[in-house]
Amino acid sequence: MKRRTLLTAAAASALALGAAFPSFAQDPVKVGFIYVGPRNDGGWSQHHHEAALVMAEHFGDAVELVEQESVPEGPDAERVMTQMALSGADIIFTTSFGYMDQTINVAGKFPDVKFEHATGYKTAPNVGVYSARFYEGRAVEGYLAGHMTKSNKIGYIGSFPIPEVIRGINSSFLHAKKENPDVEMSVVWLNTWFDPAKEADAAQAMIDQGIDVVLQHTDSTAPQITAQKAGNVYTFGQAADMAEFGPMPRISSIIDEWAPYYIERVQAVIDGTWETDNTWDGIGAGMVGIGEVSSAVPAEIKAGAEALTASIASGEYHPFTGPINKQDGSAWLAEGEVADDGTLAGMNFYIEGLTGEIPQ
Amino acid sequence: MDFGGINPVILLASLMVASTPILLAALGEMVVEKSGVLNLGVEGMMIFGAVCGFIAAVETQSPTLGFIAAAAGGALLSMLFGLLTQIFLTTQVPAGLALTLLGTGLASLLGQNYQGMSPPRMPDMNIPLLENIPVIGPVIFQHDAIVYLSLIMVVAIWAVLKFTRVGLILRAVGENHTAAHALGYKVKAVRFAAIGFGGAMAGLGGAYISLVRVPQWTDGITAGIGWIALAIVVFASWRAGRVLIGAYLFGGITVLQLNLQAAGAKVPVELLSMSPFLATILVLVVISARRHGASNAPAMLGRIFHSS
Repeated sequence: MKRRTLLTAAAASALALGAAFPSFAQDPVKVGFIYVGPRNDGGWSQHHHEAALVMAEHFGDAVELVEQESVPEGPDAERVMTQMALSGADIIFTTSFGYMDQTINVAGKFPDVKFEHATGYKTAPNVGVYSARFYEGRAVEGYLAGHMTKSNKIGYIGSFPIPEVIRGINSSFLHAKKENPDVEMSVVWLNTWFDPAKEADAAQAMIDQGIDVVLQHTDSTAPQITAQKAGNVYTFGQAADMAEFGPMPRISSIIDEWAPYYIERVQAVIDGTWETDNTWDGIGAGMVGIGEVSSAVPAEIKAGAEALTASIASGEYHPFTGPINKQDGSAWLAEGEVADDGTLAGMNFYIEGLTGEIPQ
Repeated sequence: MDFGGINPVILLASLMVASTPILLAALGEMVVEKSGVLNLGVEGMMIFGAVCGFIAAVETQSPTLGFIAAAAGGALLSMLFGLLTQIFLTTQVPAGLALTLLGTGLASLLGQNYQGMSPPRMPDMNIPLLENIPVIGPVIFQHDAIVYLSLIMVVAIWAVLKFTRVGLILRAVGENHTAAHALGYKVKAVRFAAIGFGGAMAGLGGAYISLVRVPQWTDGITAGIGWIALAIVVFASWRAGRVLIGAYLFGGITVLQLNLQAAGAKVPVELLSMSPFLATILVLVVISARRHGASNAPAMLGRIFHSS
């Protein structure tokens, strides 16, 4: 609350100064960031925050960074965005899927302010979207999970049933199954991005049922700690490397690399060349990083994972390559067919072999 | 002995762990309300206790000192509430809400440098002999000291309130502070003591989350459990035994619904997610409605006492 007041005050005084001395040639470009969790959550929000800092450092005095953390997805987000826009932000990055409609609404009211929404699919003349092809990283995780599980039971802590999460579930299950046909996957939906207590409970519930590889699509490191306590359980870092939990339980990770994109987009604002975009990059373009496969993984499996990573990065292999059936057994992709981005972006179905239903 | 892949023994054991924070906080709040004070700051005291306990445990590498610090932290914060409501005679509801806001903010500030650290492990304290009883042993007698403490507190609080002079005075203050005052009891002192006790219990409950259940420090780690504890006190109609039922029911169904999901039960997730709240409220309302129920509330609950 206080920080926000301070920011507003600072912004107000900056505006006042600007009005008093219109001769200032180059005002710094004001860049806003909105995070769904605390900026030191150890995962998703922290990584956006760190990328924002890299971006700010890159530009030095040419950029002024304003951040707001722990903004709930909902009406509150709209208020925070409006406030940022009113206090003179030139470009605002809204870094969670649930800010999508709010971003579009606020962008409509401030046509001169640029908005960048992470992981969404709605664009406008002043709203661009960007996301990473996390499912490419999930394929590598699935490969490792399929090899490493001894009980043939894999758990996936899901956040919200949105396409991004469903893609991750499908991709990891597909590749685990490819390596180990006996594998089963349980999905637990938490309906939150960040709630360490719930995440720990979910991981514990899975481990209690004999699951020995836990994948997470939530932002805290709580599942890692729970797995560490339990012993023979493997996990993967999510959004951040989470290397401090290696070599066990964390055996690899998906790392989000946002900084280059942030630098590119802010540069475009400075140059006046910013246009709406729909960026969706993966391992190849460097937006998705695969964390070091730890020493707990046997060498030949590690080599296999690295080969898979390389073939995805080069574009030689697409994680969703047919034949793949949908959960109900109907055909989705024929032999050799590759999923198109449109279907992937709106993916709302499980592939064959997954049990359970996607909450609607 | 598995039901659809869920082992009931392991489930019951994790139920005890998941319920302990709520149980501790709710017991503390019950004592506070029995003295006629409504402290809505449980959430704030819990999270403040969680951060104090975490810092102390990390710095000293002793979980025991961590829990002591958590209790002290919670009690300290509650004294602020005591000061506001008992000395400056402010209304209790806003003071309690302010305490939650303050506690959350303070905890966030203090915890800044402790993100991502791991606290020392709280050792399990298996009770000799008893732990070997089949089924009951692993469920009840293979936990850490705080779980036992919470169970002992249920009995202790029930006994103190029912059978002792101290309990009688506390209830008298809560039922009719003017009369208690006329009889020469120090209403404010009694209430201060109750508020401090409630704060310490909430602090312990918070620290149980940050030191045992998760165990880690992150902002907002209590995630609203304090409010659940408050609600359980009311639905349990201010009885220690029912608080136990309520807390275990809530914690139990929280764990059960995750287990059901992991086991692939064909129940809609939305229904499972709300089931802890639904079941806890339903059961406690039914128990309480059977007898005197809501009329069991301390008569002076939330009233300001002024000795004039």
